[in-house]
Amino acid sequence: MSAPDSAGAPASALQPDSAPRPALDPALKSTPGPTVEPPLTLQSGRAPYAPPGPSGTGIPARNIRAWGRLFRSELRLVFRRRRNLLLLVVTAVFPVVIGIALRLAAPHPQGGGNGAGAAFFNQLAGNGVFLTFIALSSLLILVLPVVVAVVAGDSVAGEAGYGTLRYLLAVPAGRTRLLAVKFAAIVAFGLCATFIVSAVALVVGAALFPIGPVTLLSGDTVSLADGLFRLLLVTVYVATAMATLGAIGLAISTLTEHAIGAIAAIAILVVTSEVVDSVPQLAAVGPYLPTHWWLSFDSLLRTPIDTSTLLKGLLSFAVYTVLCCAFAWARFTTADVTS
Amino acid sequence: MTAISTSGLTKRFRGGQLAVDHLDLDVPTGSVYGFLGPNGSGKTTTIRMLLGLAFPTSGSAALLGVPMPDGATKVLHRVGSLVEGPAFYPFLTGADNLARCDAADRTADPATARARIDAALDRVGLLAAAKKRYRNYSLGMKQRLAIAASLLRPRELIILDEPTNGLDPQGTREVRALVRQIAADGTTVFVSSHLLAEVEQVCTHVGVMRTGRLVFSGSLPELRRTGAARVTVQTADPEAAAKVLAGLGLADPLAAAAEASAVIGDDPPEHVCAELVRAGIGVRGFAVTSPSLEDLFVGLTGEGFDVGA
Repeated sequence: MSAPDSAGAPASALQPDSAPRPALDPALKSTPGPTVEPPLTLQSGRAPYAPPGPSGTGIPARNIRAWGRLFRSELRLVFRRRRNLLLLVVTAVFPVVIGIALRLAAPHPQGGGNGAGAAFFNQLAGNGVFLTFIALSSLLILVLPVVVAVVAGDSVAGEAGYGTLRYLLAVPAGRTRLLAVKFAAIVAFGLCATFIVSAVALVVGAALFPIGPVTLLSGDTVSLADGLFRLLLVTVYVATAMATLGAIGLAISTLTEHAIGAIAAIAILVVTSEVVDSVPQLAAVGPYLPTHWWLSFDSLLRTPIDTSTLLKGLLSFAVYTVLCCAFAWARFTTADVTS
Repeated sequence: MTAISTSGLTKRFRGGQLAVDHLDLDVPTGSVYGFLGPNGSGKTTTIRMLLGLAFPTSGSAALLGVPMPDGATKVLHRVGSLVEGPAFYPFLTGADNLARCDAADRTADPATARARIDAALDRVGLLAAAKKRYRNYSLGMKQRLAIAASLLRPRELIILDEPTNGLDPQGTREVRALVRQIAADGTTVFVSSHLLAEVEQVCTHVGVMRTGRLVFSGSLPELRRTGAARVTVQTADPEAAAKVLAGLGLADPLAAAAEASAVIGDDPPEHVCAELVRAGIGVRGFAVTSPSLEDLFVGLTGEGFDVGA
């Protein structure tokens, strides 16, 4: 995918910045100008320019550093933006609220807790670790998808809306390179949001409920370390689901210059998919819906782990990611930038 | 080598509208090329195609000898540009916005980024406002920041699309001074405008667009020559004077209330004057006047077609 963009760069990259220029035709220089205008700035503004990169650096290394630099710039753009930070804060508040509400609703945390095959909520009273699973499954319905949708929908459409897209491409950032970096930043943001939910829920769960060996949904009890490892896997699984949504969002974002429109479209898509998935008469299409496998992480909370369900989920994520990235790339590398 | 060349460049929008129609552009290296035309004549669409932002329907374009849009990543870092007004992130400062542009440039050296950003800001007089958020910039400052972005690195070609659009006279003068400075470095400058007066003072060459077609291309003296200079004689006997002018072979002799005029052509004015006196015409006043460039421009682009809108 990156072939057309990365192939040409090295040859010119080695050119020194201060390439000799053809002498100016003196006839061209005598510009007619009856009024003499004061120069805007002093000539000192022309600082000496250094040649690009230290000599001796290989072309591949240079290229990788250039990708890294744009990726860091993209991360700064996403993570320093007040709106996005606010979204992460809101995401962090939810597990706290859920934890407190459940603590107030369950006055006898020491009682029960051994009920085999019960829902997350019954397990929570016995073990604070379960707050993470409760928080993730609650937030997966709308909050996490919307957080990802905001960043994904804004990715290309936002740049087009500001008009910065034309300047980035004229730099030139390279269309494929820019799109790849944008997707990477969306994935990073989704990963960050998911881990925030898990981390905050774990801390709140540990503070409000007892912590110890984890009784799984299948009734078996595993050590706390094993439980935490399963929590890590669950979080990664959810982050993968969010990355998939990010790919869908990226594709939608390449279709419009209006970030709000793209964000709304992604949110509507998620809700529609969830609604259709919950209609028994439409069960046949269920497995093909983008949200169908999101909550399948409960397979990780049983012994033995139901790997076939997990693999189906991961396959669904992979297919959606590849298709949407391919669509976004095809669209973005061939569309006129008219914003 | 030419800085910009296009051949048969054509852009037809999806709606069927022909925005650029078989454009053959030739911008000499080292020139300051004024790309003129009323709003909607296809200037910006042409620039978008030159920069690889829009894809031509047919025809080809090359920047600094490199074909576009295929050579975009090879050549665009040698080209600075301002396209259809400034556009930056309103929530970032001026300096951070330039850092973002620089980070996107895979051939820029990150080690010198800070110095180059400061130098570019200094050059457009924005160093003092470097830490100010873009949303708090005035229109003139925004325009200058966009020019600073095009000056982040030494360029061989700078493309400025309507750099004076929306600026007050002071801002227009500042931009003009900047263009002059950039050109003095030997950089080719391609500047578009819908007002000839704004670029007339700095341009060595002009191209005039009208509804997607290039209706004139050449140097300013060449443009001036397309307007026929007229000799005007103030006299008590305009009829007789017109007859003398006609007798000299001058085209389009006219007699008005107290003056006669004709297209002077290649005849030296002193000779015409001497002939008039010899013919016994009482010459009260004698003048050779050329149409203003503005008149020629309007003549080329068509009166009332959105001119000055």
